[in-house]
Amino acid sequence: MKNNNDFLKTRLDNGLMVLIKEAHAAPVASFWVWYRVGSRNEHLGITGISHWVEHMLFKGTTAFPKGVAEKAIAREGGVFNGMTWYDFTTYFATLPTDRIELALRIEADRMVNSLFDPDETAAERSVIISERQGAENDPKFLLNEELMAAAFRVHPYGTDTVGHMCDLETMTRDQLYAHYRTYYAPNNALAVAVGDFDAHEMLRMVEQHLSVTPGGQDIPPVTAVEPPQKGERRVTVEGEGNVAYLQIVFRAPTVHEPDFFALTALDAALTGASGMTFFGGGLTNKSSRLYKALVATELATDVSGSLVPTVDPFVYGLSAIVRAGHTPDEVEEALEAELARVVAEPITPEELGKAIKQAKAQFAYSSESVTAQALWMGFSEIFADYTWFENYIANLSSVTIEDVQRVAQKYLTRSNRTVGRYVPNEQ
Amino acid sequence: MSIPGPQDIARHKLDNGIVVLARENHSSPSVVVSGYLRVGACDEQPEQAGLAAFTANALMRGSTQRTFEQIYEELESAGASVDVSGGTHTTGFGTKSLAEDLPLALDILAGALRQPTFPPGEIEKLRGEILTDLEERAHDTGRMASLTFHELAYPPEHPYARSLAGYTKTISSLSRDDLVGFYAGGYGPQGMVIVVVGAVETADALTQIEDVFGDWKVGARLPRSYERAPLPEVPRITEIRKRTVSIPGKTQSDIILGYPGPARAAPDFLDAVVCNTILGVFGLMGRLGENVRDKQGLAYYSLSRVDGGPGPGPWRVIAGVNPANVEQAITSICAEIRRICEQPVGEKELADNKAFITGSLPLRLETNEGVAQAILNLEHYNLGLDYLQRYAGLINAITAEQVQAVAQRWLDHEAYALAVAGPPAA
Repeated sequence: MKNNNDFLKTRLDNGLMVLIKEAHAAPVASFWVWYRVGSRNEHLGITGISHWVEHMLFKGTTAFPKGVAEKAIAREGGVFNGMTWYDFTTYFATLPTDRIELALRIEADRMVNSLFDPDETAAERSVIISERQGAENDPKFLLNEELMAAAFRVHPYGTDTVGHMCDLETMTRDQLYAHYRTYYAPNNALAVAVGDFDAHEMLRMVEQHLSVTPGGQDIPPVTAVEPPQKGERRVTVEGEGNVAYLQIVFRAPTVHEPDFFALTALDAALTGASGMTFFGGGLTNKSSRLYKALVATELATDVSGSLVPTVDPFVYGLSAIVRAGHTPDEVEEALEAELARVVAEPITPEELGKAIKQAKAQFAYSSESVTAQALWMGFSEIFADYTWFENYIANLSSVTIEDVQRVAQKYLTRSNRTVGRYVPNEQ
Repeated sequence: MSIPGPQDIARHKLDNGIVVLARENHSSPSVVVSGYLRVGACDEQPEQAGLAAFTANALMRGSTQRTFEQIYEELESAGASVDVSGGTHTTGFGTKSLAEDLPLALDILAGALRQPTFPPGEIEKLRGEILTDLEERAHDTGRMASLTFHELAYPPEHPYARSLAGYTKTISSLSRDDLVGFYAGGYGPQGMVIVVVGAVETADALTQIEDVFGDWKVGARLPRSYERAPLPEVPRITEIRKRTVSIPGKTQSDIILGYPGPARAAPDFLDAVVCNTILGVFGLMGRLGENVRDKQGLAYYSLSRVDGGPGPGPWRVIAGVNPANVEQAITSICAEIRRICEQPVGEKELADNKAFITGSLPLRLETNEGVAQAILNLEHYNLGLDYLQRYAGLINAITAEQVQAVAQRWLDHEAYALAVAGPPAA
C-alpha cells in the first residue's frame, strides 16, 4: 500500500484496487468505479455490448429499483453518470462530501445485483439505436467509423464503442447479462475517491461497502494483435451535407514506450494542446503549425490532433474541416508539406517549451475539480498506473527536440497512415 | 470554503463606471476572468444579422499592440486563453490562465476590447470560417431545429427571432466598415462588469483591472452607446405553430417544442426553475426523461430548459428521436406538459426537486469558472451579493400551487411553437 498523508492506494482481499486522494478546495467529493471492459473486449456479433451493459446498470437492482439511484443522488444535490470507452466502463457520482456514502452503496450494489429485466432491456434497445442514429447524423462520426475500420482490421479498436447497427438489433438479454457477469467483479475493477474527506476514513467506508463482494472468475484475455501496417490505406465516405472533412491517422506507440511523450510534444507543435482534450481542453491552437498551414491559409476552418492513451497500440489522429470552396485534396497536400517539414527539421526549443507550459496550465485547471482529478487518476490506472498522471509533466519535460524529430520520422510516414475523406453530395 | 457572499466578494466601481468584483481562491494556481459589455445583437439591424457576433469575433484578430499571430503566440505559450463572444443583449468576455500570467491575459483582453484594428485580411478569413460554419449548420438537425423554433416563437421584428450567428446572405454582405462602425457605436466602459476569481489577492486583482481598463473613457465624439428601444412585445402563443425542416440523408430527427418564457428578473422565474426541473431535468431528465426515454424508449435525450436572461428567453423541450417516432414523442411531450399544468406536483416530488436545486449549489460553485459565472449573474440581474446564501431559502419557500401557476402561465399543451428537423417523412 502506498501511503502518505492525503493519498492512499491499496488492494482489498477481493481484488478491488482502491485509490483515494484528499482535495479540500470545495466541500465536494467524487466517487468512481472503473471496470476493465469496453469495446476492446468485444467481437463481431456483440459489438456495442459493453456500452449497452452500461445503460442497463441504470435500470435497477432489487435494493435500488429503476430510477431510485439517480433520484437519490439528485436529491442530495449530486451528479451521476457513466461512460464506456475502448478500454473501460466507468460510473461516477460527485456530491457534497457529507453525502458521498450514497455513491458507494449504489456502486457496491450494482456491481453484482443489476437485474437486466427483459422488458427494460427491450426498451433500452431503441434508446441505444437512437443514440447511434444521433451520432450518424454527424458526418464526422461516419468518416471516423470508416477510417478506424480501415486502420484496424484485426484489433477491436477498429469498431466504435457504440457498436454496429446489426448487433444492436439482434443482441439478446442473455448475452448482455453474461457480459456483465463476466467482467463486473472486484478483481476487474478499480474504485477512486477524490474529495474533501479524510483519506483513511474514506478507505474504511470503501472497505465497509465494497469488500463484501467476492472476487469473480478470471477475466478472458484480449488476444487480438493488429499486424503491422504495410502501406497507406485510403477511405472515402460520400454522404449528405455540403462540407468536406479530412481525417488522417498514424499508428502510434503505447504510453509504455518513451516515444509516447515525444509524440505528445510533436502533437502540441502541430496542433496545439488540443490533443489533451481529456484534461478539459479550452485552449486555442492558433499558433500551432497546422493552424498556420491550413486555417490561416484559408484552406480549412479548423484543425485538431488527437493522441489518446490506450492499453493496446492505438493511432495518432489529425482532423480538418475543409473550408467552403476548397477540397480535401488541397488540405491534404498542404498538410503533407507541413509534416514533411517537421520530419526534415527539428521543432524549436520555444515550441517544446510551449508544450510543457500548456500541460502545466492544464494540470492546474483540472485540479480545480474533484471530478476531473478522479477521472485522471482512474483513467491513468487503466492503461498504466496513477504515477503516469503524476509524472506527466516530468516525462514531457525530459523530451528533447531530437526526440521529437525522431518520432516524426518514425511515425509520420506514408505507409504508416490511413487517410479518410468525407465528400458531401451537395458541394 | 463557504458559499460566496458579502464576506468574501469584493465589489468596486472604477471612475469610468466599470464594476469590478473579485473573490480569492488559492486552492489551485489558476485564475479566471469573466465579464460583459453592454452591446450585442439587440443593437444590430435585421438585415445585418450576425454583425454583433462577427464584430466580437474580429476583436481577437489584431490590436494596435499585437498582430493576430502575436496575440496567439503569447497566449498559447502561457497555456492561457482569452475569449470574446457577442451575445444578444451583451458581449461576453473571459480569460483563463495561471495566476502568474494574468497580467498578460488582461493586457491581451484590453487590447482586443479597446484597440482592435480589424485587419482586412483577417476579416476575410473569419468571414470564410463563419460561412463554413453556417454551411454545417444547414445540415445539423439540432441547430436547424433551434433556429426554426426561435423564428416560430418570437415576432419577426424581435431580436430573439434572429440567428445570433447570422445567415449566409447577411454575413456575405457585411463589410469591414460595418464591423468598425458597430464597434465604435457601442463598445465602451459604460455598463461593463468584470469578475476575477482565483489565486490572486483582491487588492492585486483590482489594481490589475484598473491598470488596463481604468483610463478607458466614454467617447467624447462618438455616442459610445446604442440607444435601445424597449424590446417588442412578445405575445403568448395561442395556437400550434409547427414547421418541419427536411434534411435528406439524416437518421435522427431533432424536436424543439416550447414557448417564450419568463425573464430572469420576472417574479416567477425561480418558480419556473423548480417547475422545469420537475419537467425535464431531475435525475435523468425529469418526467420527460422518464416517460419519453425511459418508459417508451423513444429517444436518447428528452429534456427541458428555461433560459431566463434579460428578456423573455425560451422555455423549451428538446428531444432527439427516430424519424418514425416523431409524432409519438410529441404526443408524449404534450401529455407531460398537460399533466404539470393540470395536476399539482406531489409533496415528495416537489421536496426532491428542491433538494436537488439547493443541494447542487456546492457543485456549481466548485471551479473558478462556476463561481465567476455565479457572481456575474448577481451583478447582471441585481440579485445582491448575499443572493447565493439566500438561494436555498427562496427555493424552499416555493409551493406546489406556485409551480402549477407558473406552468399554466407559460406552458400550454395545445398552443406552442414546434420545430422538427430531420429526414423527410417516408
